[in-house]
Amino acid sequence: MGTHQEYYVPQQSHWPIVAATGIFLTLGGLAMVLSDMRQNQDMGLSLGVFLVGSLVMAYMFAGWFGNVISESHEGLYSNQLTASFRKGMGWFIFSEVMFFAAFFGVLFYVRVLSIPWIGGEGDKGMAHMLWPDFAAQWPLLVNPDPEKFPSPDAIIDPWHIPLLNTILLVTSSFTLTFAHHALKAGNRAKIKLFMLVTLALGITFLGFQAYEYMEAYNHLNLTLETGVYASTFFLLTGFHGAHVTVGTIILLVVFVRVLKGHFTADNHFAFEAGAWYWHFVDVVWLMLFMLVYVF
Amino acid sequence: MLQNVRILSVLLAFFPALAWSEWEVNMTRGVTDTSAAIYDLHMIVFYICVVISIVVFGVMFWSMYHHRKSKGAEPHPFHESSTIEILWTIVPLIILIVILVPATKTLIQTYDTAESDIDIQVTGYQWKWRYKYIGQDVDFFSVITTPSDEIYNKAEKNPNYLLEVDRPLVLPINKKIRFLFTSNDVIHAWWVPALALKKDAIPGFINESSTKINEPGIYRGQCAELCGKDHGFMPIVIKAVTESEYVAWVAEQKALKQKEASASQKDWSMEELMAKGEEVYNKNCSACHQPTGVGLPPVFPALKDSPIALGPIQDHMDIVFSGKAGTGMSAYGEQLSAVELAAVVTYERNAWGNNVGDKLLPADVEKLKGGK
Amino acid sequence: MTTQVAETGHDDHAHGPAKGITRWLFTTNHKDIGSMYLIFSLIMLFIGGSMAFVIRAELFQPGLQLVEPNFFNQMITMHGLIMVFGAVMPAFVGLANWMIPLMIGAPDMALPRLNNLSFWILPFAFSMMMVTLFMDGGGPNFGWTFYAPLSTTYAPPSVTFFIFAIHMMGASSIMGAINVVVTIVNMRAPGMGYMKMPMFCWTWLITAFLLIAVMPVLAGVVTMMLMDIHFGTSFFDAGGGGDPVLFQHVFWFFGHPEVYIMILPSFGVVSQVIPTFARKKLFGYHSMVYAIIAIAVLSFVVWAHHMFTVGMPLAGELFFMYTTMLIAVPTGVKIFNWVSTMFKGSMTFETPMLYSIAFVILFTIGGLSGIMLALAPVDFVYHDTYFVVAHFHYVLVPGAIFGIFAAVYYWLPKWSGKMYDEGLAKFHFWVSFVGLNLTFFPMHFVGLAGMPRRIPDYPLQFADFNMIVSVGAFLFGTSQLIFVFILIKTLRSGKAAPQSPWESAEGLEWTIPSPAPYHTFATPPKVD
Repeated sequence: MGTHQEYYVPQQSHWPIVAATGIFLTLGGLAMVLSDMRQNQDMGLSLGVFLVGSLVMAYMFAGWFGNVISESHEGLYSNQLTASFRKGMGWFIFSEVMFFAAFFGVLFYVRVLSIPWIGGEGDKGMAHMLWPDFAAQWPLLVNPDPEKFPSPDAIIDPWHIPLLNTILLVTSSFTLTFAHHALKAGNRAKIKLFMLVTLALGITFLGFQAYEYMEAYNHLNLTLETGVYASTFFLLTGFHGAHVTVGTIILLVVFVRVLKGHFTADNHFAFEAGAWYWHFVDVVWLMLFMLVYVF
Repeated sequence: MLQNVRILSVLLAFFPALAWSEWEVNMTRGVTDTSAAIYDLHMIVFYICVVISIVVFGVMFWSMYHHRKSKGAEPHPFHESSTIEILWTIVPLIILIVILVPATKTLIQTYDTAESDIDIQVTGYQWKWRYKYIGQDVDFFSVITTPSDEIYNKAEKNPNYLLEVDRPLVLPINKKIRFLFTSNDVIHAWWVPALALKKDAIPGFINESSTKINEPGIYRGQCAELCGKDHGFMPIVIKAVTESEYVAWVAEQKALKQKEASASQKDWSMEELMAKGEEVYNKNCSACHQPTGVGLPPVFPALKDSPIALGPIQDHMDIVFSGKAGTGMSAYGEQLSAVELAAVVTYERNAWGNNVGDKLLPADVEKLKGGK
Repeated sequence: MTTQVAETGHDDHAHGPAKGITRWLFTTNHKDIGSMYLIFSLIMLFIGGSMAFVIRAELFQPGLQLVEPNFFNQMITMHGLIMVFGAVMPAFVGLANWMIPLMIGAPDMALPRLNNLSFWILPFAFSMMMVTLFMDGGGPNFGWTFYAPLSTTYAPPSVTFFIFAIHMMGASSIMGAINVVVTIVNMRAPGMGYMKMPMFCWTWLITAFLLIAVMPVLAGVVTMMLMDIHFGTSFFDAGGGGDPVLFQHVFWFFGHPEVYIMILPSFGVVSQVIPTFARKKLFGYHSMVYAIIAIAVLSFVVWAHHMFTVGMPLAGELFFMYTTMLIAVPTGVKIFNWVSTMFKGSMTFETPMLYSIAFVILFTIGGLSGIMLALAPVDFVYHDTYFVVAHFHYVLVPGAIFGIFAAVYYWLPKWSGKMYDEGLAKFHFWVSFVGLNLTFFPMHFVGLAGMPRRIPDYPLQFADFNMIVSVGAFLFGTSQLIFVFILIKTLRSGKAAPQSPWESAEGLEWTIPSPAPYHTFATPPKVD
């Protein structure tokens, strides 16, 4: 039987309350900005609150994770504690899966149920009498109410940028795994190389995604306001893009830590957590590519 | 079984407190075959629940009485028995299946909307109902008539308090009537207990239901889905009549429409428009913009001293006619007649100190209506 | 289950609590955080309860007396939201924080700092939500289920704040739930297999799983609201190809598991309390565990029984009716097991036991009305009436809230080291019991007679019962002041409690002194 140090329970920490304050200011500020926008008011103060909140969040992340890293280096973390981290990360990713599942459910519903109904098909096809000019189609290029929701001219062709992006992201999953193997084998140069490649692939992906959005807005008239096809498209790809951004930042931090000589062959939870997250966004992308772009 | 349920419910009716209408404790049996089937199902499952409670609580109270420590009860160590666990998994399952058979039948019955005699489109608005008899050229709004003095306790409440409207939905008995429910704004639910019919009215979609009323009478109901401020104030009144009375009523509605059309050609005076306008305003506008025109800002803006009411009459007409997207202000162009539109715009421009002085004539509105 | 080592000592590393306000702001201690959750929940209970007071005062008589309909709608909305997210859920998390480490022999929760963050988000989130009441246009007035488009296109401007407040509560719940799962999975004392865990831990493990699975879905649905309101998307607008009913599907996919989240931990509490006061082991431990798992699994496929009147296709209607009825089976198993635990026991009726027995009886009543509601054709009549209000208050008030009261009376001696006043506590129970039934039982009658829910004024035929209901509500609400009095009295002048104040209570929590030391089980106990 070991001592109490088997499971490290930290003493007081001010980071949680800083984090709660930061979340409050960020989201409160965002709500103020949106309200001001809707009512055409000056949003100087609101933006200020939002900015302060974001800074507090950045400070908190840096401080809290810094704290954890130094505790880890002090050797305070037992295997059991690392297991807590792993399991916590695993369940967090599960919650993210459910978040995306909700949006995929929405996509399913509008494609399979609501749009056919409005177009006069299925059990509730009677709805067609309210939209006599509408014909059910997917992608939805003519909305039931084209006056309120102008229709997009075209949608993104899956076999150009999206296909390229698929290749990029799948490749990056492989390169990250190579980096992981290198880490386990203790080959520092190889870790750095593969992490750098992974990061480059991720950033390129994001760049392409941004280009695609600009294309959609500028040339295809595919915007948030153009009906439910665009709504689901932007929400799914947008949240995915946000997750890739977060994943890239995580990997960037891990990369910097690698440069600083952190991590050993059997103690590199942060690396693993970042890798799991990266694989998760990769899998989400594959679903997206199939269900949003291709079919 | 059903026979027993009926006998029991008759027995219940003799129970004095329960028969007293003010202390109504049970569902109404209603006036349609479906409502009777639903009522019977309700009673069956209710009695099953009563029996289950008597058994479960009986054992529990018996144990609580006999197995008290104060009576010297010694705990028995048993705490596991697969047999009994399986038993009380299977038995409830069987009871459920017994209940589900009639439930499934009744459900399928309520979904039968084929081959109707009369089709009526029911549209929910904040906060009134619109009834459009499809193929009949009968189309009207039905609005609550309970005076605000009764609601605010300044006058004694009449027996039909909150359950009275200006124009009831008139339906013939013994005819299959199909309702097509939809909404103009938020989700409402059309509910008449005597028909055991409750269906959501959903904007942009149509829900179908049908009914066949067996007895003439007045049946009252209310909106059942929270739909905003005056959710509690949009009742439904059905007047079920014989077929000949129904035919006469339809003819009367058509004549009324003719009369309305000719009224718009008349040259209306300011006084006439103001009087008519006040009536229309109080019926259609005052729920949001308030009787004194001060509104409930910011959601429902004031009309008193507002730029719209004091500005050009054409803009004022446009917003009343076409509504304002993304707000609770709906398009009244199709809801009100030309006379009503002209009157209400005139009223809004000249009431509560908004002394613009101009007036809108029904004939002008007619032109606008024709143009759109 | 016995322990070989009752580890109570703590050495240089494990300090007592810090002094002053930082003890609470910066704490990482599961007991401190548990206490904060419980106190927060009590405050919210009174805020939500005072809103119920406003509602019942307005409904005391027909006519509009006290508040305008729009304010009434804000009250019903906030009452629901505060009771669900502010009172019941934080109380359960508070109990989990206090008890799970003590029951499984862990030194603390697995992720102590995250634990503190989960709590501290809540006061901020509820401030953000409640401040909307004072904004232009008022607070949320669309019911706690916030159906679109009433909550989007037709909502007051403050809805944006409401959306972000919900996001914050969701984040707090997810973090709290992850902590519970990880603690239970990773921190059990050596020898404590899953099938040896106290039932409270089992129910919380499943609850936490449900939370992690459905809170993100709630986040998704409010995000779509936000997009529809501010960015012109058309998820809930048929004009763009969406559907207002889609909102309800996504909401209830969250909402139905959510109602089990609000009852399962109470199942756990009652499963701890009844065996103690019946002096007999819990009957059918294994089947109890399987029943919870079955309930949790089924909770994902029953959501549309909240939506029988939205006009689903017949096949959907039948599917959800059948699956909903199935839930009665595992729930029945649990009730039968509790009754069998009492059967041939040696019962005494201390306050926790009274609450637990009331729980079993009243929850069963709520469950039976649930079976009635599950029948789609009959639900066409019940739906959105006071019958539904009666049903869910019967499962939530004597379900969730009585479960919490049972837990507090049961473990208060362990937390505070003091005994509560048994006579007063029994008085609190009986007044609550009478008030509760007076409030919610007549609601069945007015509902069946045809009174819709969420109306500020009603036709005259419902007047008499509504008056009774209001009187009951005032009684029930006021009687909770007795509870506060009991708590204060216990803390100030309660008699010292022994290590195990209940004659035959089992479990690791009774092997440590009362009050529980600031740090417990720094060295894990061994369980055989």
